[in-house]
Amino acid sequence: MSLDLKFNYTEKKDTRSGFGDGLLEAGRRNPKVVGLCADLIGSLKMGAFQKEFPERFFQTGIAEANMIGLAAGMATSGKIPFTGTFANFSTGRVYDQIRQSVAYSDKNVKICASHAGLTLGEDGATHQILEDMGMMKMLPHMTVINPCDYNQTKAATLAIAEYEGPVYLRFGRPSWPIFTPADQKFEIGKAWKMIDGKDVSIFATGHLVWEAVVAEAMLREEGISAEVINIHTIKPLDEEAILESVKKTGCAVSAEEHQINGGLGDSIAQTLIRHNPAPLEYVAVNDSFGESGTPTELLEKYGLNAENIVKAVKRALARK
Amino acid sequence: MEKNSIEQLQSICSQVRRDILRMVHAVNSGHPGASLGCTEFFVALYFDQMNHNPAFNMEGKGEDLFFLSNGHISPVWYSVLSRSGYFPIEEMKTFRKLNSRLQGHPATEEDLPGIRIASGSLGQGLSVAIGAAQVKKLNGDDRTVYCLMGDGEQQEGQVWEAAMYAAHYGVDNLIATIDYNGQQIDGPTKEVMDLKNLKGKWEAFGWEVNEIKKGNDMEAVLEGLNKAKSLAGKGKPVLNLLYTEMGYGVDFMVGTHKWHGVAPNDEQLANALGQLPETLGDY
Repeated sequence: MSLDLKFNYTEKKDTRSGFGDGLLEAGRRNPKVVGLCADLIGSLKMGAFQKEFPERFFQTGIAEANMIGLAAGMATSGKIPFTGTFANFSTGRVYDQIRQSVAYSDKNVKICASHAGLTLGEDGATHQILEDMGMMKMLPHMTVINPCDYNQTKAATLAIAEYEGPVYLRFGRPSWPIFTPADQKFEIGKAWKMIDGKDVSIFATGHLVWEAVVAEAMLREEGISAEVINIHTIKPLDEEAILESVKKTGCAVSAEEHQINGGLGDSIAQTLIRHNPAPLEYVAVNDSFGESGTPTELLEKYGLNAENIVKAVKRALARK
Repeated sequence: MEKNSIEQLQSICSQVRRDILRMVHAVNSGHPGASLGCTEFFVALYFDQMNHNPAFNMEGKGEDLFFLSNGHISPVWYSVLSRSGYFPIEEMKTFRKLNSRLQGHPATEEDLPGIRIASGSLGQGLSVAIGAAQVKKLNGDDRTVYCLMGDGEQQEGQVWEAAMYAAHYGVDNLIATIDYNGQQIDGPTKEVMDLKNLKGKWEAFGWEVNEIKKGNDMEAVLEGLNKAKSLAGKGKPVLNLLYTEMGYGVDFMVGTHKWHGVAPNDEQLANALGQLPETLGDY
């Protein structure tokens, strides 16, 4: 079966490379940009920045708490620090450091987190953090961004360098379709309606935006018209775009590589319940840890792929 | 600028101690013990050692910077900041009250001049100070960054992450200090979690350690801080081990952990103030 996709790709690449290339470009544009990494320069794709700007790059060793504090101090003194490590060590391990030294102190620190979610793959549940967006979105002053592919991650990296304030930027490890344009303008807090539809709104973030694009084509074959909205910014949430879409379609599905508790779905539910109570179905990890496997296998087993989005859409439609 | 004499600095200390006691008494909360113990250190920094500008600027280019890691001793910092012109002394009346800029633990949220980062959750300030010191080096700014930690705080793991890092990078424009009073909330550090050979630990991490044995003697503190300055700029970060007595300056508070986070009552306040002359005028 070949699907008639509204977005296509010719190349796959990891979103972390989008971060690495974006950081290099941000460093060229602004001498205030500095990089810090806790012994994962290769994994975070920060090597090119380090090579071009050795004085502005700080290897911190395996000491993430110190890295967050250093970044807060550098921001206090006028630099724009980008910290890099896995999403697990970027959030849960250093939550109190982020809370006090970055968020409460409102420091211009960019916490850049790779290997988020199940698609980290074979390393297993110790490293597959599925709670990070929830933890970060709860912090006052914090902006939370989860781009969908290489191009969007690169654009997001450049955008956060120009934004003043603490940001959590989440991306991943696997090679993933590049289906958004290279020259896109990234507007923090602005949802992107990628596909128009009238029966159901699919709000997807991160890698699952691609799954939503595939699901839309599958649904279209069955005569269901789905609207696909790319929620790259989890916080601040584009409530206006969400409400406008659901006003038209009357039901919604959220899709994220995150726990069902505290993620994008909950943010959307909060918006809907306050303004327009409408059926919402979640595509998310159902309160469990992950395990070792390939990204594709894991998305299937934990119910996060296009087929599961289609099922969720049908549940939502049945509740209209 | 004319230097303050030892006598003038000692006289400022007396007023700062009055401020501390009156602030914590007014709200029946706060941390007088180590605030009193660190008074000479703070007065020496802000009235003698540091080149700083009370017309506060967050980045502090061309200035010496101070970061307080053990944020609970905010009373002594607030007193010294206001007494050196960062904000009106009357504002000390608002300490720990609703809608105040003088939060229980120092914060930037309310834009209090002199505070560059929130602290209170222990173990974080040294990392922040190192980051600021590295930026000074990047910017060709030859000023010094100071940081104060508690000795109980040495039990936090992040302190040692930061210690290892600063030595690795030779952050020698940094002078950190440990308030070595041997006390923490639950009792003497020796009993709660013995720091053992603290000097040896810092030396083993690659720091230049400077002992200031009489941390409540202004002359000794100035001498010790001058020596720390002379040790800076030689490839190693500098650590002062500042031996102080918690509660110093008030006879019934000195030397015990019992006044770590307890305010004096009316009678105790009167007794304490009787031991400390009002030198600059109470707020």
